Amino acid sequence: MNAELARRPDVGPPQDEDALIIEAGRGSGLYWRDLWRYRELFYVLAWRDLAVRYKQTVLGLAWAILRPLLTVAVFTLIFQRIANLPSEAGAPYALMVLAGVLPWQFFSAALAEASASLVSNSALITKVYFPRLIVPLAAIVVVLVDLLVSLALIVALMAWYRFMPGWQLLTLPFFIAMAFLASLGPALWLSSLNVTYRDFRHAIPFMLQLGLYISPVAFSSSLVPEGWRILYSLNPMVGVIDGFRWAILGGSSAIHWHGFLISWALIAVFLWLGVSRFRRTERHFADII
Amino acid sequence: MTDIAISIQGLSKRYAVEREAKSALDVTYREAIVGGARSLVRSTGDFLRGRAARRCETRQDFWALRDVTFDVMRGEVLGIIGRNGAGKSTLLKVISRITEPTEGRLCISGRVGSLLEVGTGFHPELSGRENIYLNGAVLGMTRREILGKFDEIVEFAEVAKFLDTPVKRYSSGMYVRLAFAVAAHLEPDILVVDEVLAVGDAQFQKKCLGKMRDVASRGRTVLFVSHNLGVMERLTQRALVLESGTCAFIGSPAAAVARYAEFGVGENIVEFDVEKMPRKYPGNGAARILRLRFDRPIPVFESDEGFRCIASIRAEEEIPGLRFSMAVLDVQGAAVGSCFGPGTIAMKAGEELDVQLAVPNMRLAPGKYSCGLSIGKGNYRSGHVDFDVVLDTLHFEVRPEEGDSGTVSFWTRGWGSIIFPDIEQTVLGTRP
Repeated sequence: MNAELARRPDVGPPQDEDALIIEAGRGSGLYWRDLWRYRELFYVLAWRDLAVRYKQTVLGLAWAILRPLLTVAVFTLIFQRIANLPSEAGAPYALMVLAGVLPWQFFSAALAEASASLVSNSALITKVYFPRLIVPLAAIVVVLVDLLVSLALIVALMAWYRFMPGWQLLTLPFFIAMAFLASLGPALWLSSLNVTYRDFRHAIPFMLQLGLYISPVAFSSSLVPEGWRILYSLNPMVGVIDGFRWAILGGSSAIHWHGFLISWALIAVFLWLGVSRFRRTERHFADII
Repeated sequence: MTDIAISIQGLSKRYAVEREAKSALDVTYREAIVGGARSLVRSTGDFLRGRAARRCETRQDFWALRDVTFDVMRGEVLGIIGRNGAGKSTLLKVISRITEPTEGRLCISGRVGSLLEVGTGFHPELSGRENIYLNGAVLGMTRREILGKFDEIVEFAEVAKFLDTPVKRYSSGMYVRLAFAVAAHLEPDILVVDEVLAVGDAQFQKKCLGKMRDVASRGRTVLFVSHNLGVMERLTQRALVLESGTCAFIGSPAAAVARYAEFGVGENIVEFDVEKMPRKYPGNGAARILRLRFDRPIPVFESDEGFRCIASIRAEEEIPGLRFSMAVLDVQGAAVGSCFGPGTIAMKAGEELDVQLAVPNMRLAPGKYSCGLSIGKGNYRSGHVDFDVVLDTLHFEVRPEEGDSGTVSFWTRGWGSIIFPDIEQTVLGTRP
């Protein structure tokens, strides 16, 4: 066969710029360009997940409000009224909890949805090509929409407690982006692992439950003793939640800068780990899913 | 721009087929513990390094494609034929970039649209209208393309009245029509189609074929897999015959069809060595089907004759009551019916048995069929466990019986695959 090819020097790979060359073990090399080209599919998948998310529910999108609201109510009752945990200086406890619950619920839902997304879209993955990164990304975007909807709660609670926000509230989009990046890395890592090892379906809810206790959702970071600070800050959600608090409570809560920088460093490490692992394994998804 | 749309060189694809190495009873308890611990350590190691999970089994390689080389010209309609398991679907999957080749190189110029299944990505909760957008995007159409063809798609699918109904409320016919309508309006430079034309009723199939011919005549490059040799000859300009993963022939469709028929394509195979065949549904491995055969020189039955075959099986552990079950499938792969045997075969570990299986009168209509065979315990009444399942094997044909006047009797496919017993009629009286 090689001899035959040699005899036909005019037969070569197509040369125009759109030509796609696939070689064993190499992938296409145009991955990121492909990702951009398939953005329409990304929108459509995100839209599909959004449209389907609250189908056949009575309350619909109100769930996005109800979940954090009920959590805040329960936490306030238990941790403030019964356990007597203090709030940040001057801010109502419920508002402080809300500022922790919103990013935390975003993080945990993003991890849960994204890690299940590849398996639940296996029909797509085994039948059509597209950069697989689209699937978990679309899943996270859906959760992000929930977060944006639930931001209305902040306004409502502030009005209820007659709490005047500071200029810091304008920085909230920055911290939302930070929450997005913080969940993206672990989510990609877990979603690619979940394709091979369905163990993660059982492990993730458990890990998230533990995570709730080591993240400052019900308590304020200022309660953490100085000696534990660095260890405590190894949880990237600490930086995110502290940021949310700082933005929402108007600076009456202080950001711990060392911890904050550690959070960013960890977010970057997780992002790199997640993306590189995902890229390495996604070529085999269709074979093992 | 060159004239080659797809150039494929030395393409191979390997799958690892995993099976249990040793049966549980062959090893002592201690060995089992040590082996178990070792495999736990190993799989934990794999896990941490992010490799695929290995259990305590040997890996067996299965080459779905082996050194396939060919070119497809721009504007050419190339047919691909081959038996089940010859590698057709794998080839299409590699070309559509769903899976990566193990070896070789593939060069594609132009946008590929692949149609390996009708209705990929359809969501039951969404309406017909929403699914058109969803499915279109999944197949690679842009929003503008879909908008431009929306009315055409709806008209083709004949579902205008139900556009805003969730597709889970559609009849299966409507569902398939809508799905195909979207797919049929896909206009990539290169269209890759797996056997998806065999959907819907006869009238709709005709419409689909017309559409395909349309696409083909408009100078698009099409790769086309079908079992329907007639369609293949009419639609394609060149055809490729795949035989166990290698390219056995490429040339004019008529010659390819002849080659396919001449190779026997299993038509006259009466022995099936299934031991090493990859399994789609792995059983628990307590016993294994080794070989299957018909006790006749050609696999042809008369339609009023009973079905008979011989199965060789090996038990890996002691089995008090082994039960056979069998499903018969028609050419399209749809199950015609299934039957269970009594679960009374007792076997010792390591024992091999030949068992004759006979079903007195299946009343199958003339045509070609294949079987799926499984061994296990329990049955459909009491719940069952499968030891081993072999699909797409024991291909046979049922010949039409001779008609009353020496002519061959006539049975239309549309009547189904089973000839029920003749109607018993009793005239109960006349009505004035």
